[in-house]
Amino acid sequence: MNAIGSRSRVEGREKVTGEARYAVEHPVPGAAYAWVVQSTVAKGEITAFDTADAEALPGVLTVLTPDNAPELAPVSDGELAVLQGRKVSYRGQIVAAVVAETLETAREAARLVRVTYAARRHDVRLTPDHPGRYTPDEAEDGPWQARQGDPEDAFRAAPVRIDCTFTTPAEHNNPMEPHATLAAWDGDALTVHDSNQGPSTVRSTLAKVFELDPARVRVISPHIGGGFGSKGTPRPNVVLAAMAARAVGRPVKLAFTRRQMYALTGYRSPTVQRVRLGAAEDGRLTTIIHESFEQSSTVREFAEESTTPTRVMYRAPNRRTAYHLTRLDVPSTSWMRAPGDAPGMFALESAMDELAVVLGLDPIELRVRNEPDGHPEDGRPFSSRNLVACLREGAARFGWSDRDPTPGVRRVGRRLVGTGVAAATYPVLRSPAQATARANADGSYTVRIAAIDLGTGARTALGLIAAETLKADPAQVTVEIGDSDLPRAGLAGGSAGTAGWGTAVVRACEALLSKLNGHVPPEGVEAAADTTEEVKGQGDEYARHSFGAHFAEVEVDVDTGEIRVPRMLGVFATGRIVNAKAARSQFLGGMIMGLGMALMEESVLDEAFGDHLTADLAQYHIPANADVRDLDAVWLDEHDPHVNPMGTKGIGEIGIVGAAAAITNAVHHATGVRFRTLPLTPPRVLPEL
Amino acid sequence: MRPFAYERAATAEEALARCDEETRYLGGGTNLVDLMRLGVERPARLVDVTRLPHDRIEERSSGALRIGAAVRNSDLTAHPAVRRHHPMLVQAVLSGASGQIRNQATVGGNLLQRTRCSYFQDITKPCNKREPGTGCPAIDGEHHNLAILGHSESCVATHPSDMAVALAALDATVLTRGRGGERAIPLADFYRLPGSHPERDTTLEPGELVTAVEVPPLAMPSRYRKVRERASFAFALVSIAAAADVRDGVVRDCRIALGGVAHRPWRARRAEDHLRGRPLTRENLAGAADQELAAAHPLRDNAYKLRLARNLIVRTLLELGERA
Ligand SMILES: Cc1cc2nc3c(=O)[nH]c(=O)nc-3n(C[C@H](O)[C@H](O)[C@H](O)COP(=O)(O)OP(=O)(O)OC[C@H]3O[C@@H](n4cnc5c(N)ncnc54)[C@H](O)[C@@H]3O)c2cc1C
Ligand code: SF4
Repeated sequence: MNAIGSRSRVEGREKVTGEARYAVEHPVPGAAYAWVVQSTVAKGEITAFDTADAEALPGVLTVLTPDNAPELAPVSDGELAVLQGRKVSYRGQIVAAVVAETLETAREAARLVRVTYAARRHDVRLTPDHPGRYTPDEAEDGPWQARQGDPEDAFRAAPVRIDCTFTTPAEHNNPMEPHATLAAWDGDALTVHDSNQGPSTVRSTLAKVFELDPARVRVISPHIGGGFGSKGTPRPNVVLAAMAARAVGRPVKLAFTRRQMYALTGYRSPTVQRVRLGAAEDGRLTTIIHESFEQSSTVREFAEESTTPTRVMYRAPNRRTAYHLTRLDVPSTSWMRAPGDAPGMFALESAMDELAVVLGLDPIELRVRNEPDGHPEDGRPFSSRNLVACLREGAARFGWSDRDPTPGVRRVGRRLVGTGVAAATYPVLRSPAQATARANADGSYTVRIAAIDLGTGARTALGLIAAETLKADPAQVTVEIGDSDLPRAGLAGGSAGTAGWGTAVVRACEALLSKLNGHVPPEGVEAAADTTEEVKGQGDEYARHSFGAHFAEVEVDVDTGEIRVPRMLGVFATGRIVNAKAARSQFLGGMIMGLGMALMEESVLDEAFGDHLTADLAQYHIPANADVRDLDAVWLDEHDPHVNPMGTKGIGEIGIVGAAAAITNAVHHATGVRFRTLPLTPPRVLPEL
Repeated sequence: MRPFAYERAATAEEALARCDEETRYLGGGTNLVDLMRLGVERPARLVDVTRLPHDRIEERSSGALRIGAAVRNSDLTAHPAVRRHHPMLVQAVLSGASGQIRNQATVGGNLLQRTRCSYFQDITKPCNKREPGTGCPAIDGEHHNLAILGHSESCVATHPSDMAVALAALDATVLTRGRGGERAIPLADFYRLPGSHPERDTTLEPGELVTAVEVPPLAMPSRYRKVRERASFAFALVSIAAAADVRDGVVRDCRIALGGVAHRPWRARRAEDHLRGRPLTRENLAGAADQELAAAHPLRDNAYKLRLARNLIVRTLLELGERA
């Protein structure tokens, strides 16, 4: 399929042979190890520390507590105020840390640190009518809420109405590599090998927190074992490792355990979402009201923004979207793959399916009838929008046309079979970056940018982009990324990495081409680019979004409530594809996460203790190979001249958006039962069959 | 974690001689080492028992199989005699954990793995099984995958082993060696119900070593079926090991054991008794399941297990009957 290229990851060999080093794997002489002590109450004050036993353990170098930890400069993210006070805001918060000669000693000593608390009553339960609920900027239209027309009146007047509430659980990102840092000081210069989604951001944050000249901070991150958003903001590990290294005057390695990650590295907020749709008999929507209730910790405000995708999906003259937050005594929520869009589109696309069933209309046809001409809120043209084409292409490939819409009637042995569809969308974003491109005397090229490869193949993609601009063979282009000493760049996040970094790479390569006159001197020729003006100057005359369609077939065992997904198809319109091979993996990975979201992923919160119980991969279920059967992802040949010089739209997240709804809609088609609470595990499904 | 000594024993005598209160036998370590990392287990010494001469599967003249305690789970499932005679045992073991873990795990360790109750695994929380007398937060907390049968006010945990459920249906015997000599403990007496001593999973004496499991022959088709929250690599919500001798539509004999419902593999003798001599019909099977499950006391969030167990009994035996 159409793409700039199709190339295996350039660092693939290093990775499969184990040569590639991840953060704490970098060998450094004299490294010490840090281990965190976490609070065992969800709210209160620490009244006393007893560190004597821990300190007495041979091999312990120091025990850091709020009493002896150095003061840090405040930053907006409260999670980074590590050991800055005795207040406890959630269960699992870092309250002390041990640094020791070995990992095992540090871990054992951490157990010996005794912390006494004055616990206060905690509140960790999210309810839509929570008294602490708030909607900032209540009066104004903005990200929190948007309104056109008279949505409530229109709903009351609508001939056909859907009013339903969907619930999604907390979900944890669970990248393979935990959040980990190796920190070393040389005088007042700090170097960290760190697992993150943006070395430039980590550098500027560390510089602020430790009040250093950013030029004295270096963040090295050549390989990252996944992040899915959880490494998008610097985490306590990087601050604590640096603090500990300074305290003991040695390099310090700190890696969170899987279990610790459940409290310390973010997760998707649970959501309760009410969707109201009003439609005419022919299926045309007259009103859409989508409200979401989400949680945030008391340390850091973060909104999942589940209603955002609803703003761009369907035409309706009357509309309102709003999300509300409640601050609870829970660990901090944060980005997780397609924040907002993933849970939001589960709710919207389930509601659309419910409407199609009520109307007796094909769910694809219902979506086609509500396809807007421009942005549904303000009529701005879309830079490109091929939702309908995705639905049609998918329908043809999946064999949708001979589908009998009647729910609950197809049976194979003891299994009910059904199919479902849902739409997907994701915004096209990009952030400014700098890059350099160099022509070397031997005919090769070197591109440098502080981009990062989470495992997505960013290095390879940027090489393809550079090679295309330079009209060179990709094998001639070396891409240097993953180091804050390289030209500054934005995060791998918001599916914006390739778009933002790629723009800078294209511009640097163009600048290089204009400097080259055929002859390359021995010292080479270098050109630089900074896309700040270009990116910030891009107007919003167009609405820029990706679209897609998911199709799923499910089998539901009537005796056990087990659901299997024999087939899933995703069709995407995401502009130009850079690397066909890696892009397919991205889409498939997103879809598999959607499968997990639909059927098994759930972080169970214990209300009595206030923490997430399912704190390992034996309890927090993600799809195993056996869950993933016939899975396919394809893309349309979409040309969009209004996004960026490559014409790309970003593909990291759209694969998960809508995937869960396609599956749950298929479950309804199979069983005739509508499940509105995720995930659809046998304990939830069986009682309803 | 607490520093510990690691020793290897070459014989059972040696292992026993080295074992004291602060010692644990080490099989594959797939459960024990995890629990040591979590601080749930804090032995001062590990005695590795995988080199003992208990790593063979022997066919006895009686037709019984003697499976050494150090036999790896994968080797058990690959053994021709086990495959030929006990499909349900093979299916049970293969349905557990992952290929990598089964390569490492031993039969002895599998029998003695600890519950997966979340609270048990978290030393910052109370748990009667881990620290007697501290309480059982699971009763009012998260228990969707805990017991519906045979639990007590002190503990509602389930035993996680799939293999043990098949062994319960097979009337297996656990062979042990302790300070008092050798014992042969029928599986039915090997695992305990929690009662007021949930800290004790089995009737083993301190330091008693499992040397083998003896499985008598079974001349009936058998099957293991496990329901879980994903297609593989998850513990059972409910599982069933079943065998049936059905002739002319009548159940001559049968075996039924349930997993995921109790502190031990749950041999469904009432259901078996109800079925013997009766035609293999959906109604009779449902009746048998109801007889067994009449004693169940589901917790707030696990009543679904009643229906699941009932459906599994009906369906699995019907499928076995179809094959007869
Ligand atoms: C992620 C994961 C998923 C899993 N899923 C499943 C599943 O679905 N189904 C399932 O059944 N199991 C499952 N397991 C558990 C697995 O089966 C057990 O961990 C394994 O069988 C234990 O065997 P081991 O030899 O490694 O035991 P070890 O960890 O070495 O020992 C376990 C216990 O047995 C004791 N012990 C070992 N050998 C002897 C002996 N000869 N005599 C006396 N005491 C002894 C040890 O002291 C220890 O207390 C899973 C495990 C993991 C980690
Ligand atoms: S059910 Fe048993 S193992 Fe779980 S918390 Fe209660 S006592 Fe502990």
